[in-house]
Amino acid sequence: MELIWFMIVAFMLVCYVILDGFDIGAGIVHYFVGRNDAERAAVIRTIGPVWDGNEVWLLATGGVLYFAFPMLYASAFSGFYLPLIMVLWLLIMRAAGIELRHQLEHNHMWTSFWDFVFSLASILLAIFFGAALGNVIRGVPLNSEGYFFEPLFTHWGTTGETGILDWFTVLSGVVAFVALAVHGANYLAMKTEDEMNLRARKVVGVGWYALVGVTVLSLLAVMYVRPTLLDNYYALPIGWLIPLAVAASLAAMKYFNAKGQDRNAFISSGVYLAMMLGGAVFGLFPLVLPALDPANSLTVYNTRAGDYGLSVALLWWPIGIIIALGYYTFLFRTFKGKVKVGEEH
Amino acid sequence: MESLTLDRLQFAFTVTYHYLFPQLTMGLAPLIVIFKSLAIWKKDEMWNEAARFWGKIFGITFLFGVVTGIPMEFQFGTNWAVFSKYAGGVIGQTLAMEGTFAFFLESSFIGLFLFGEKRLGQALHWLSAFLIFVGTWLSGWFIIATNAWMQHPVGYEVAADGSVHLTSFWSLVLNEWAVYQYMHNMGGALVTGSFAVAALGAFYILSKQQVEFGKMFVKAGVIAGCLASIWMLFPSGDWQGKMVAKHQPVTLAAMEGLFDTTEGAPLVLIGQPDMEKKRLDNAIHIPAALSFITYQRWDARVKGLNEFPEDQHPDNIPLLYYSFHIMVGLGTIFIAIMVIAAIWLWRGWLFESNWLLWILMLLFPFPFIANTVGWMTAELGRQPWLVYGLFRTEEGASHMVSSGNVMFTLLGFFGMYTVLSLLYIFLMLRRIEHGAEELTAAAAAVGGEN
Repeated sequence: MELIWFMIVAFMLVCYVILDGFDIGAGIVHYFVGRNDAERAAVIRTIGPVWDGNEVWLLATGGVLYFAFPMLYASAFSGFYLPLIMVLWLLIMRAAGIELRHQLEHNHMWTSFWDFVFSLASILLAIFFGAALGNVIRGVPLNSEGYFFEPLFTHWGTTGETGILDWFTVLSGVVAFVALAVHGANYLAMKTEDEMNLRARKVVGVGWYALVGVTVLSLLAVMYVRPTLLDNYYALPIGWLIPLAVAASLAAMKYFNAKGQDRNAFISSGVYLAMMLGGAVFGLFPLVLPALDPANSLTVYNTRAGDYGLSVALLWWPIGIIIALGYYTFLFRTFKGKVKVGEEH
Repeated sequence: MESLTLDRLQFAFTVTYHYLFPQLTMGLAPLIVIFKSLAIWKKDEMWNEAARFWGKIFGITFLFGVVTGIPMEFQFGTNWAVFSKYAGGVIGQTLAMEGTFAFFLESSFIGLFLFGEKRLGQALHWLSAFLIFVGTWLSGWFIIATNAWMQHPVGYEVAADGSVHLTSFWSLVLNEWAVYQYMHNMGGALVTGSFAVAALGAFYILSKQQVEFGKMFVKAGVIAGCLASIWMLFPSGDWQGKMVAKHQPVTLAAMEGLFDTTEGAPLVLIGQPDMEKKRLDNAIHIPAALSFITYQRWDARVKGLNEFPEDQHPDNIPLLYYSFHIMVGLGTIFIAIMVIAAIWLWRGWLFESNWLLWILMLLFPFPFIANTVGWMTAELGRQPWLVYGLFRTEEGASHMVSSGNVMFTLLGFFGMYTVLSLLYIFLMLRRIEHGAEELTAAAAAVGGEN
């Protein structure tokens, strides 16, 4: 039972990262793809009708995590207190940037201010999310009751009294930043025309080299910080398909980008994100929050809720998700096609 | 200040601020559906324009509701970790259902409603308005069900590790307390929405900016506002009160400022609780009325605070008492004004009665106050428990998060929400001003076609 819910949470998290990832990514490359006011308005319009739905995946994932693994929710959210509250503030700023920009469409001071807020919040969010994942991989100083608290930074090392930020988690943040930037640029290439389309493709072309570089670097760093992550791979060799898929998705992205097949390149960066996350999750299982002292680690077994709750939710959850996917199909179909510069809503 | 106080302050502040927005969107959503229906049914472009106009106000308010709502779900984990570990297996269900069944629905169709009218056509545009209404009201249900479980826990068992496990899904989702609380709460949202529509209509008439639409708004707002105001007292307020009397008698005593058990207890209209001398000063009351409305007998015995051990008393009785009395006082005034306005509307006097239009215009902030103090009554009344009778508030906070860190984020929220308030007020004033021009243009276009 806990295995099913572990996979459901992982699935929802991957959906969140791929979906909100492209609109956060669009924010990261906002200024590179949109060079003037009208073009930046077009960037916002590509994500305008969908970003809110994408962000709902975060809330829905949080909700499932809450009832399925209450102890994990309690421990992780209170331990990552400061960065999580800052993420909330960034989400507020970013939403304001997207939605308030077009309220005074012809006031340049207004639109340029919100462009800046939107882009800055997107950049910081990508780094925070990456650093959060880095913390989970590195492990946190859980006590015997399963709680911890980390300040934002301490001595920047990965042992002893760790902080949220150290060299490893910052590296994870950089990986997330580059990966989402490329993912967002792929999305914008798919949704825009002419010069914006070419610029977005160019961002992908250049960003690809950075992405390959930081991906390799981060994998090496993971093996140094948490060598046990590979245990599951040795135990279940089919898992090696995941790193292979990471490599394949990178190669495919380069190929499709060079060919100008934006949609396929976007799918490739989506697969890349899914496989990177999937690889980490596969290596960590059954841990959900490793402790620096392994005896205190949180696992799917010691954080799960009661049997009845988990089985009854298996009845309503699939219904809800199938209906939600229905809305999504309808929404994306209604707003399909490219966004034109200078068009009104 | 110690962490617990700061944790409570932060939750109270962020949830109070948050709920200013959803009460308006949940109140406006059914009215927009009505406007849209009238437009299609009567083939009247004026009502369509009214739906678009309120749709834009809905859109901005919805955004503020979303961004201030995300911190609520997060804070269960960040600030109330011990409570989350204890009760997450139960209340996480309803919160997850809100995300899955309500948020996906709302977030998909808000974009379609605001930006997709041309692509969708009228029938599908109506449908998206309707589904937004369903989504916002479903969301309300799941939150009420969550709160209702904390007010009146059902369908659970205490597991070996001391946490609660769900044992009955339907008891949680269809909690008796949730049914009455929902009816009372959604009526409150309708009061906020309809009073806002009436107030803006009155403003447009009085300022002579847009009289035609002003009259439509006042008419719609007064009819809906009159029904909703009466609903708040009877039957929904009455039902809610009986639930409190049955399941939280100590809360009832505190709300009423009843210190001693009394047969034929009076209903207090005004007065100041004196916690040192354990009595109500300067009380003006209706004799025996509390006994009657609670138990339908004039001489029924109502338990006072003295019947209950002090460690079960709500920890802020005066604030609870005032919250409740402000809610009831405002509710009574709402009914009086709206009934008069409805009669004046029916007799055809309303649009010439500037004094009444002034009152309707100035009335719009008060439903926000009434809803806020209503929720304060529910939440202060639940104290000292987080889960009534099971789990005390003081046990629930995250003990690893130091008070300095909580103060940091609390001050951050103060700053963030001050900026949000300024933005919201600015955007609303602008929308009201530009809205009048757009409505004038629309009225001219409709007139030109005829």
